[in-house]
Amino acid sequence: MQLQVKMNADGSSGGGGNGRPQSSEHQSSSLFSSLVKRLTRNSEAFRELGLLIFIVLLAAIFQIRNPKFLSVANIKDLLANTAILSILAVGMMMVIITRGIDLSIGSTMALSGMVTSLTVSANPDISPFLSLAQGMAIGLAAGLVIGVLVAYFKILPIIATLGLMNILRGLTYLISKGKWVSAYQMSAGFKNLSTGTTFGINNLILFVIGIYILYTYFINQTRTGRYIYAVGSSPETAELIGIKRKRIILLVYALMGLLAGLAGVLWVSKFASAQGDTAVGYEMNVIAATVLGGVSVAGGRGKVSGILLGSILFGILANALPLINISPFWQQFIQGLVILAAIISNVLLQRRNDRLTLKKRVI
Amino acid sequence: MEKTSIDINKPRGLHQYQWEIFLIVLFLAVNVVNSFLSPYYLTLDTFVSTPMNFLDKAFLVLPMTMIIILGNIDVSVGSIVALSSVLMAVSYNAGLPMPLAMVLALVVGTTCGFINGFLQIKFKELSATIITLSTMTVFRGIAYVILEDRSAGKFPSWFSFLAWGYIGKIPFILIVFALTAIVFAVLLHRTRFGRMVYAVGSNRTACEYSGIRTDRIILGVSMLAGLMAGFTALFLTSRMGSTRPNVALNYELDAIAMTVLGGISTNGGKGRITGPLISIFLIGFLNYGLGLRNVSAQVLLIILGFLLILSVLVQNFTDRPASISPKKLSAPTHRSDAGDGSDIHENSAQGG
Amino acid sequence: MADYILELRHISKFFPGVQALKDVHFQLKPAEIHAIMGENGAGKSTLIKIITGVYQPDEGELLFNGQPIHFKSPLDAQRRGIAAVYQHVACFPDLSVLENIFLGHESFDSVTHKIHWRELRKQAESLLQSLDADFSPSATMGSLSIAQQQIVEIAKALSVDAKILIMDEPTAPLSRRECEDLYRITENLRDKGVSIIFISHRIEDMYRLAERVTVLRDGRYIATWDVPGLEQARLVQGMVGREITQYFPSRHATIGEEIFRVEGLSRIGFFKDISFSVRRGEIVALTGLVGAGRTEICESIYGISPRNGGRFFLEGKEIAIHTPAEALAHGIGYLPEDRMKQGLVLDWDLIKNITLASLKNFSRNGFMQPSQEKEIALRLTDNLKVKTTHIYAKASTLSGGNQQKLIVAKLLTSKLKLIILDEPTKGVDVGAKTEIYRIMNQLAEEGYGIIMISSEMPEVMGMSDRIVVIREGRKSTEFETPQATQEAILEASMTAHGRELHAIAG
Repeated sequence: MQLQVKMNADGSSGGGGNGRPQSSEHQSSSLFSSLVKRLTRNSEAFRELGLLIFIVLLAAIFQIRNPKFLSVANIKDLLANTAILSILAVGMMMVIITRGIDLSIGSTMALSGMVTSLTVSANPDISPFLSLAQGMAIGLAAGLVIGVLVAYFKILPIIATLGLMNILRGLTYLISKGKWVSAYQMSAGFKNLSTGTTFGINNLILFVIGIYILYTYFINQTRTGRYIYAVGSSPETAELIGIKRKRIILLVYALMGLLAGLAGVLWVSKFASAQGDTAVGYEMNVIAATVLGGVSVAGGRGKVSGILLGSILFGILANALPLINISPFWQQFIQGLVILAAIISNVLLQRRNDRLTLKKRVI
Repeated sequence: MEKTSIDINKPRGLHQYQWEIFLIVLFLAVNVVNSFLSPYYLTLDTFVSTPMNFLDKAFLVLPMTMIIILGNIDVSVGSIVALSSVLMAVSYNAGLPMPLAMVLALVVGTTCGFINGFLQIKFKELSATIITLSTMTVFRGIAYVILEDRSAGKFPSWFSFLAWGYIGKIPFILIVFALTAIVFAVLLHRTRFGRMVYAVGSNRTACEYSGIRTDRIILGVSMLAGLMAGFTALFLTSRMGSTRPNVALNYELDAIAMTVLGGISTNGGKGRITGPLISIFLIGFLNYGLGLRNVSAQVLLIILGFLLILSVLVQNFTDRPASISPKKLSAPTHRSDAGDGSDIHENSAQGG
Repeated sequence: MADYILELRHISKFFPGVQALKDVHFQLKPAEIHAIMGENGAGKSTLIKIITGVYQPDEGELLFNGQPIHFKSPLDAQRRGIAAVYQHVACFPDLSVLENIFLGHESFDSVTHKIHWRELRKQAESLLQSLDADFSPSATMGSLSIAQQQIVEIAKALSVDAKILIMDEPTAPLSRRECEDLYRITENLRDKGVSIIFISHRIEDMYRLAERVTVLRDGRYIATWDVPGLEQARLVQGMVGREITQYFPSRHATIGEEIFRVEGLSRIGFFKDISFSVRRGEIVALTGLVGAGRTEICESIYGISPRNGGRFFLEGKEIAIHTPAEALAHGIGYLPEDRMKQGLVLDWDLIKNITLASLKNFSRNGFMQPSQEKEIALRLTDNLKVKTTHIYAKASTLSGGNQQKLIVAKLLTSKLKLIILDEPTKGVDVGAKTEIYRIMNQLAEEGYGIIMISSEMPEVMGMSDRIVVIREGRKSTEFETPQATQEAILEASMTAHGRELHAIAG
């Protein structure tokens, strides 16, 4: 698998040849540095290309092993399965860019799914959009609590989200009194949220498209979006130029919660069942897809296209393993290895880059 | 030569045990409430045998105390328990004699711990959190690969003695735990190893300059954590009679919560093992009391989550990091002003 | 229009126990390049911090365009058009050049909060073009060389329309050619009307660039000269021309045979081909400018940082050192520069700090022996006269000098032959300094070999037997102390010989 990771540099036009007369000593060093630059410049695109090639290869192998893989029905199924993962990857990307982590999202999804489906079963006439709003409000509240704990009370993200993970999971069980909400208790409109189509396209896919368009705009174009990167890249410099770091941290956890709340409603609507253990451990899938997509746990780096590819790769794995007679129980193991490989290759590439930088110093 | 008089007596006083006293008061309160709930509660038997329900995971608290004193977090211990337990059961079912299978569980646990530690010292750029988060997934993933959604068991009948047996009137597990706790207490508070654990947690850089091999300490503590996860696997499997890949789910949270509630600061370098020991029993009896009231186990999840966050909050407010106050003492002198950021080291840091 | 765009009059700045600046003057004309020169610790950085609003002066006044002014914060100074470029660039390595230039004062749509990328990009392009930059605004900051990052910092300063640009040792991490580029950029800026304060340790930088130079020494104003026609000897005299009035205890150590020798020590990116030796009872001063690589050299000897080449000889036999533990086992101890971070566990009592480096000696079968620890701690604190009220007091409660003695005590628990002291008197008051000098002499008399890293000229002259000068990662020269003069040491630290001399002429 191609895990070229060093994310430095997009189009630096520089390199060595800037047209000035150079001594021979400098020529060789600038030749060298231009090589380094070319490598680092391309590595991000390289990584994504690698992911894409890997996805294609994987699909080809699966297709050979089982011709059903690339059937329309299966692809629809695959995309629908990937949808929720990719929505959550958006939130996780922001959290990880600021050097944080959120383990609570599986529980947030469960709580949001449970509360909304209970509401729907009690009031079948309620608009599905109200359900969405309800789920998102619950997620937002959870996210705000985490954000305040992390940003203002300086609790480690892992501790705060571990705590919330349990509180929210416990609340889900308490509210449901240990019972499930099943398909027959949900209104058609509610189930339609995830399973229905609009203009012939699955609603879930539409959600994904909408969210990704909004998010791409937000994270790449607006100042708040860029501040998120700035805070993750160098918290000290961010404060130095007057960015309100704490507010940014609060914001990313709140948005993560909001998306988890939304994802919870979609999940319950898709599977037409809300349970106490809905989405247990799902946070690890999301973290894996995000890290695989090139978001650095050291903060500051990550691209929308990366997490989309990472999510699709995971969607394929989850979808295809049973099709080619590999037990789905391999999934967690593969997931863990993928995270490990991604973070370690990141470190190794960073070290190589640092070494090259040092060598450039003339003593 | 001027003679300076130095006080050479060790300061003593109850004030340094404030947190433990607070925990004991809580523990007593829990028991008072429990005794109102059940007329048969206040018997010696209750106090001796109730711990059988929760002591298996208590083994994780002992090394977790060391890990948090080191300033790290380990979220993979629950997965190590599951993997050890599954491998033990599967190898026994495949014909390995039970005693050897039990040893295997301990070896597996220690190996997993070694892997955690090894990754931490080889990739110092990565936090222990993210490393154990990925090994957590890998370890439990292996357990799932091996056993899928089946369970494994049919252990020899004597195996249940581990969790359910008594020696005299005292449960076997209580004896083993007490001995292990004593070993850990001595290790942490009386030995060179323990001193170095605190030192690394307080100031790792100074340790390295003092010639302490900090990597060995981190590796050692990780392996201890793995070994204790193996212990937990033994007692847990014995208590349940069979095992599945999803056993010991969230045990890492229980262990972290009990440790932090026991007054071990997540900033590292501080705390005594007595606190976590008390909080093991506090949480255990609280759970038992909730059971008496037929409160679901899920409420305990909520309580644990709250306790975890609350105790970290309390610590963050009471325990200011040591580096703050001395900085005020040191005058920025005219000598040091040219030295701002003069280390060439910092050049290489710009990669982020 | 005032004659001076910026004028500092009678500026003084006190820190607890120290006077960092005393009655300092500085006058900056519009569109001039004005160098500030001085030794390590002459007060240059403090002066800069006052100009950029980081510190407020305790006495004296600032005039900006002839008007008295008071900067409340760095941001305040920035808004008035004072920008600074530092040797170590504070930046977002993962973001683009464009963002590094504008983030914090970017223009954006008030409704959508979309940054006006196109407009900013145009501005960035023209800024970079005016600075002759060979990279695009969309390049990632972290992929640039330090020289290129400095150009981004300059562009950032220009983007807020800076009237005064402070360049704090910008050339230190640059290669020759990069320096030339920077010189040209600086001159272009001056021609466009920006006033530039240029701080550098390199004398050639000053001759190449500056029209005038202000010299500081020990926090005092010495003089302001026109650079053309200024003799280097006069400049050096101004920087170091002090009478050494400080009292150094007399030294009686007898110097014996060679105890330690290093040959050809190199570390890529830090230093190259360093050789010197230390004899029994001898104090060798390792001096040079801050950042020349002295600490890095000693850290490589001590095994805490890596090296790429070089051999160590202890008492004539070659030894291998890869870790501090090995160094200590061979009898080499190191007192680190940053005593708070590298030397002490501040939260611990004196006893535990003293025994930290030699726990093996105070444990039996792995068990600590508190009574033995206490015994040695009492003996050493008494011997070194560590002033404390309580042997169980936390190390953080001690004064700087006593903390330093505590670390010396820690070293003495091991059987050492060579002791490396990295800036042993940094940040301690005068009384404690004398104490530490006394201890150093005591150690030398007991037969230890001592390497002392020091940036302080009187200390180097007063406390050493031999002086090794390091300049930009290489050994510049070596003196027997009685033959050395302050001027000679300073010239060896600051001026390039041979290949770089032409730069001075230019």
